[in-house]
Amino acid sequence: MNENRKYPFSEIDPDICKGCGLCVAACPRGVLVVSEKLNSKGFHYSEYVGEGCIGCGNCFYTCPEPSAVTVYLRNYVPEEVS
Amino acid sequence: MIMAQKTVLRKPLGFIDVYKHKPGAEKDRTHYCPGCGHGILHKLIAEALEDFDIVDRTIVISPVGCSVFAYYYFHTGNLQVPHGRAPAVATSVSRANPDSIVISYQGDGDLAAIGGNNILQAANRGENMVVFFVNNAIYGMTGGQMAPTTLEGQKTTTTPYGRNVKTDGYPIQVCEIINQLTAPVYVVRTSLHDMPNIRKTRAAVRKAIQNTRDKKGFSFVEVLSMCPSGWKMDSVPAQKWIEENMIPRFPLDTFRDISEDTSAIERPVPVMDPEEVKRILEYTALSDSNLEKNPDAAFDRVAVRIAGFGGQGIMSTGIALANVGMEYGYNVSWLPSYGPEMRGGTANCSVKIQADTIGASECTEPNMVIAMNQPSLEKFEKILVPGGALIYNTTLIDIEPSRTDLKVYPIPITGIADELGDTRVQSMVNVGAFAAVTGMFDPGEIENLMPSLFKGKSGEVMKLNEKAVRKGYEYVKENFS
Repeated sequence: MNENRKYPFSEIDPDICKGCGLCVAACPRGVLVVSEKLNSKGFHYSEYVGEGCIGCGNCFYTCPEPSAVTVYLRNYVPEEVS
Repeated sequence: MIMAQKTVLRKPLGFIDVYKHKPGAEKDRTHYCPGCGHGILHKLIAEALEDFDIVDRTIVISPVGCSVFAYYYFHTGNLQVPHGRAPAVATSVSRANPDSIVISYQGDGDLAAIGGNNILQAANRGENMVVFFVNNAIYGMTGGQMAPTTLEGQKTTTTPYGRNVKTDGYPIQVCEIINQLTAPVYVVRTSLHDMPNIRKTRAAVRKAIQNTRDKKGFSFVEVLSMCPSGWKMDSVPAQKWIEENMIPRFPLDTFRDISEDTSAIERPVPVMDPEEVKRILEYTALSDSNLEKNPDAAFDRVAVRIAGFGGQGIMSTGIALANVGMEYGYNVSWLPSYGPEMRGGTANCSVKIQADTIGASECTEPNMVIAMNQPSLEKFEKILVPGGALIYNTTLIDIEPSRTDLKVYPIPITGIADELGDTRVQSMVNVGAFAAVTGMFDPGEIENLMPSLFKGKSGEVMKLNEKAVRKGYEYVKENFS
């Protein structure tokens, strides 16, 4: 994770993502896209374009894969996890 | 509210970190298809369990269907149960561990078809559990066949021209049915077809789990869910399909919410107490196994088939023998077999009396047969083991047994009872004859047994039956020794 990134943001594990596209459809800001690239399972995974996330959590709650999406919210402090 | 406290949304702790129970290499992801609604609901449940700090107290009952492997994922106690039976198993878990949070997770093929009665009965008892009912209008796992919830006109692999209500009936609206019952406290239908509805589903999941935690009783959450593979469409169009096709038939609603006004269920926890069982059965234990007192008894174990017309005291002979055996300290079993008629049909029963543990209670190879009429003699003498004892009722049977390798005891059982003035005591004549043939019971103690065999009956009835036992015993002693 890039420590200089602006919170909030959404992080999608490209290898876990099954490319269903529900998060892309659910994002109110249109900051998630279906990647041109394929992951190791042959899915076009979802990606966060880099800015504009408002931390609504839609992508997290609509994603059927438990560990594919992580959303770091506005009040997230990186030290917390470690 | 809870959202405000979170600083990160990540895989909830209600899930196992690495799905170690899942076979194969992919232990970091579920087996569900892309865009499947199960994963979304799983996540909402796992998040609630983490937020309420009840993961360790929760038991998830996995059904048959795509979510059969829910136990790979939830970091809870897990049981995977036969098709449609999750509410029955959940009942036993909830009753045995009232402090556990029991989640029955079921699909529409499982819950609304084969498990239809199980869910109704559990709901009607108001069991303290939450049922998550995932409705995707088809059998997903088996390849998209018609389910009870399939919509009118919906094409499935088994309704290629669309569900025809004239031949296939109408989609079953389970929430509406559950809502007819008195006991449930929370009945709601939600959907996963867009974000506002996923958030409503999240609220319903949390409310239902809280109800169970607070022992409010039966909560039922139906969730309309996508099956992109079974519906043969992409994930986002599948969400649209729910909105356009399922919701008109399955309206989203909170059908009932009385959990606020309901107090916590309190049920006594049953405890198995052998002494209490003996007390209920009025078991007195006259003595330890009579075998120790009478090592020369002809029989040390009996598997007896008693047969005749219904009304001839077949079942009561069996029950009396089993009760007497129990009083003498043996293990006993009694297994009746009869037709729908109470009197006049044919009837038989199996009784086992032995010192060691009894396995199957049916006597397929008896070492004794008591035949009260001719058809029973003809039928059951065949299955006696060689050297077995055959007691038969000569009052009603004029033929001889065909086998020659048996010990036979022709006794006018009905006649003896008639002489005593009541045909009904023939079952006690049988008990007396049994005691004499086997040597397993001591007829000297028979009067002590009468109060437990004839509870609530008059002294006269006991005297008459006692006399019948002695007559049966004496007849055998006088004629066959």
